[in-house]
Amino acid sequence: MKADPRGVLTGVHFIDGDHACCEGALAAGARFAAGYPITPSTEVVERFASRVPTVGGTFIQMEDELAASIALQGAVWGGAKAFTVTSGPGFSLMMEHIGYAAMTETPCVFVNVQRGGPSTGLPTLPAQADMMQARWGSHGDYEVIALCPNSPQECFDLTIKAFNLAEEFRVPVMFMMDEVVGHMTEKVVIPAADEIEVVPRKHTHKSTKEYLPYQTNGNPVPEMAHAGEGYNFHVTGLTHDERGYPNMTPQTQDKLVRRLQSKVRAATDRIAMFEEEHLGDAEVAVVSYGITSRVAQRAVDLARQRGVKVGKLRLITAWPFPENKIKEVASRVKALVVPELNLGQMVREVERAAGGQAKTFAVSHAGGGVHDPQEILRVIEEANQCR
Amino acid sequence: MPVDETVNPVEPFLRSDRMPHIWCPGCGIGTTVNCFARALIESKIDLQSLALVSGIGCTGRVAGYVKLDSFHTTHGRAIPFATGLKLANPKLNVVVYSGDGDLAAIGGNHLIHAARRNIDLKVICVNNLIYAMTGGQTAPTTPGHATTSTNPYGTFEPAFNLPHLVEAAGAVYIARWTTFHVRQLARSMSEAFSKKGFSFIEVISPCPTLYQRRNKMGDGLDTMKYYKEKSKTRHGAPTNEVGLTLNGEIVVGKFVDRDRPDYEAMMRGQYVEALGDRYVECGEMVCS
Repeated sequence: MKADPRGVLTGVHFIDGDHACCEGALAAGARFAAGYPITPSTEVVERFASRVPTVGGTFIQMEDELAASIALQGAVWGGAKAFTVTSGPGFSLMMEHIGYAAMTETPCVFVNVQRGGPSTGLPTLPAQADMMQARWGSHGDYEVIALCPNSPQECFDLTIKAFNLAEEFRVPVMFMMDEVVGHMTEKVVIPAADEIEVVPRKHTHKSTKEYLPYQTNGNPVPEMAHAGEGYNFHVTGLTHDERGYPNMTPQTQDKLVRRLQSKVRAATDRIAMFEEEHLGDAEVAVVSYGITSRVAQRAVDLARQRGVKVGKLRLITAWPFPENKIKEVASRVKALVVPELNLGQMVREVERAAGGQAKTFAVSHAGGGVHDPQEILRVIEEANQCR
Repeated sequence: MPVDETVNPVEPFLRSDRMPHIWCPGCGIGTTVNCFARALIESKIDLQSLALVSGIGCTGRVAGYVKLDSFHTTHGRAIPFATGLKLANPKLNVVVYSGDGDLAAIGGNHLIHAARRNIDLKVICVNNLIYAMTGGQTAPTTPGHATTSTNPYGTFEPAFNLPHLVEAAGAVYIARWTTFHVRQLARSMSEAFSKKGFSFIEVISPCPTLYQRRNKMGDGLDTMKYYKEKSKTRHGAPTNEVGLTLNGEIVVGKFVDRDRPDYEAMMRGQYVEALGDRYVECGEMVCS
C-alpha cells in the first residue's frame, strides 16, 4: 500500500539524519513514539513531538528507557505503528524489551544513534560499538533485523524500510545510526506519498472464533489481531503454544524458538541490502557500514588512484548477517578489510563467513571520531601485499 | 436474562481451557479474580473494549486466565505497556492487574509516574506482602519484623504504604480491601471502571504457602478470621494513617475519590490551545 499523505513531508530538505529518521517514521505510518531523552538521539523524538499532533498520533516522554521500550509495544497491540529512539546506555536498558518483542512477535522499530561506550562513554561522539548488542543483547535465542544508514537521505529511506521489515516479519528492527550520521546535515529528498511503499500490518482475516494468535499455517509469520476487536487473545513472554497460552515444555520451546529464528534466517538473502563498487576486478575488498563506509570510500578511491585493485562492499543490512554475499566476495578476492568504529565486532562475522577463502584485516577505532582515510588506505595496501 | 444455575456466573469471563490455575490452596488471588468478574457483570462494562495487562509474579498470571484481550508483560512494566495501549486506542478500558512486588518495587517508578500523569488506567494491586512466585522474599510492602527467606531474622526496612504513595503521586481513586471483603472489593472495582483517570485498588491477600506459614499465621481460614477481626472500615481515612503492620489493624475502605483531568484530556486541551485547527485528534490509531 501507499503511504498516508498526512505523514509525508514531500519536498527537498536540508536536514540532519535524526530529523530525516523522524520523517521516515512518519512516512512509514508510525503514529506513536515513546522516548526518553538521550544524546545524540533526542532530536528524532523532539521532531516527532512537534510534528505528530498535526498528523494524528501521540508522542509520550516516558520516565525511563524501560518504560519507553514497552509502552511502544502496548501501542502496537493497540493498533499503532510505533518506535522508540535511544543511544548507548538507553539501548542497554531496552534489552529485555527487545527480547519481549521478539518473543511476542511485536512489530516495532528501535532506533539507536550510537555513541562511544562502554557506560556513559562519549555522549556526543560517534561509535559503532553496539552492533553485537543489537544482535545478541537480550537473553535467549532470537533474531532481529538491523539496518545501517550512512546519510541523512538513508535515515529517511531506510527508516521506512525498517518499519516495513518489522511488519513483514513481526520482529523488532534495530535502526543502527551513529552520532555523525544523526547530526550530519545534507540534502534529503522526500518523495510524494504515492511513491512510498508501506507494508501494512499482517492483520488476521479470520473470525474471532477461528483465530489462534500464533498459528502459522505454512507461513512462519503468524497473523495479528489488535486489542478491542473481540478476539480475546492472550500475549505472553512465556514460552507459548499456538493459542498464545503458556506451555513450558521442551517441545513447545523447541518449536517456538526455532520458528522465531528461522522466519528471519530463511529470508536472509531477501533481507540483505548492500552496495558494491569496483568488485569486478578487485583483489582486496573493503567491507564497511554506516558512517565508516563514507570514510572507506575515500580510502578506496585513493587506493585505486595508486593502482591497487580494491573494491567496496557496503553492508546496509547488518543482521541477519549477509553471509552468502561475504562468501561470494571472499571467493574472488585475496583479502577483506573491515574498518569499523569499534575494536572488532562485525569483522568477526566477516571472517567467519569468509571461511578462510580470503584473509581478513580489521581496522579498529575506539570511537569518538571517524577513521582517518589514510589509516584504512594503509591497511588496504598491507592487505594487497598478502598472498 | 434467565439465569442458568448450572453455570457459575463468573465462568464466561474465564479461560476454562486453562484450568486448573497455578495458585496454591488458600491463596487470595483467585478470590480477587472472582470479584473482578462480578464487577464486570455488575458494571455491565463492554467486554470487547476491555483489555487486561499484568506483569510478572503470581498475580501476573491473572492475564492468562481471563477471557479478554490480555497481556502478560515483563516484570514491573505492566503500567508502561498499558500506557502505550491506552494512548494508541483511547476507546479501550485498560486494567492493570498485578502484585505488590511487580507494581511497587521493580515497577515503582512507573506506578508513581502513571499516577502523576493521571493516565486512565485501573490498577488492581494484589498485595500479599511478599514475593511469592520466587519463594517468599522480602517485598517493599513486607511489614517490619516479618520473616522472609531473604530476611530470615526479620525485616527491618520500612514498608511502603501504597495508598499514601499513590495519593501523593496523584491517583484519583484509591481503595483498599482484603480478600475477606468480597462484596466491597467488587463494588470498588465496579466504581473504578466508571472513574476517569488513574485508579488504584489495593487488595490485601494471603499467601499461606510463604508469608503466613513463615510468620506462623496459620492457614487460609485463619487469615480470613484475622482479616475479619482486624480490619476496620474507614472511608476517607487519611492515607498517611493506613500503613500496615505485622498482625496489626488493617484499615480498609475507599480513601480517595477526587476529580482532576486525565492525561488525554490535558493533552487534548494543551494541543487545542497551542495548535487550534492544526491539531489532529488521534483517536484510534489502527494501522491498516
